[in-house]
Amino acid sequence: METNKQAQKQYAKMVEDVSPKSPIGKNCVLAFLSGGLICAIGEGFLQLYGKIGFAEEESLLLVSVTLIGISALLTALGIYGKLGKYCGAGTEVPITGFANSVVSPAIEFKKEGMVLGMAAKMFLLAGPVIVYGTLTSMVVGVVYYFVGR
Amino acid sequence: MEYIKAFVVGGIICLIGQILIDKTKLTPARILVMYVCIGCVLGGIGLYPKLVDFAGAGATVPLTGFGNVLAKGVKEEIDTAGFLGVFTGGLKAAAGGLSAAVLFGFLASVFAEPKEK
Repeated sequence: METNKQAQKQYAKMVEDVSPKSPIGKNCVLAFLSGGLICAIGEGFLQLYGKIGFAEEESLLLVSVTLIGISALLTALGIYGKLGKYCGAGTEVPITGFANSVVSPAIEFKKEGMVLGMAAKMFLLAGPVIVYGTLTSMVVGVVYYFVGR
Repeated sequence: MEYIKAFVVGGIICLIGQILIDKTKLTPARILVMYVCIGCVLGGIGLYPKLVDFAGAGATVPLTGFGNVLAKGVKEEIDTAGFLGVFTGGLKAAAGGLSAAVLFGFLASVFAEPKEK
């Protein structure tokens, strides 16, 4: 029994030694810089739309639409996926990552048809975000209705 | 100054996601779901709008901002339409972004070919 435990410990240590050290420091720096940059670009569009004369609400929506469009283009060109390999959460967390998660399966599954392929698989990855986001918003709404106002 | 605030706050929100990816066994999909839910709750209790006031796009561009939009939508809809707003507010507020994603997803699938693996 004792030797068994020892062997297990030894094995765990061996696994740890052999498995590649994930460069967490580098990943974090890249995620911070890329995520920050995408948000700064978003801020640029926000200021631009404000200057043109859109109200703040409209500007915010237009920024989302603009970033989604840019992300769709970069995804179609295969660039966003390559960036994602280096930037990790930096390209996944912004709304551009959400767009990428819609556009990418839409392109990928079109060979299975435009209905059961492209359209059905479009929200394969983004679906959970919408499902749980909507449910959470309903909970927030109920709480707000009864105690928040 | 607005750009620096947006950069730093947006960067930190992404950085936290990266730490969760590297340090926990959570998949990116789960982390994104968490982000939306957290953003929605923080929006519901009125904290996230303060972050938006401070950081602008730095708070609205990350997925937590999408959650905040859902919360804001549901609250405004309840103010004007009553309890039925619980059903309509969230998705109404998200409609613009979702429709854009559907449109651009469709267009991309028409014009781009899947990569051969």
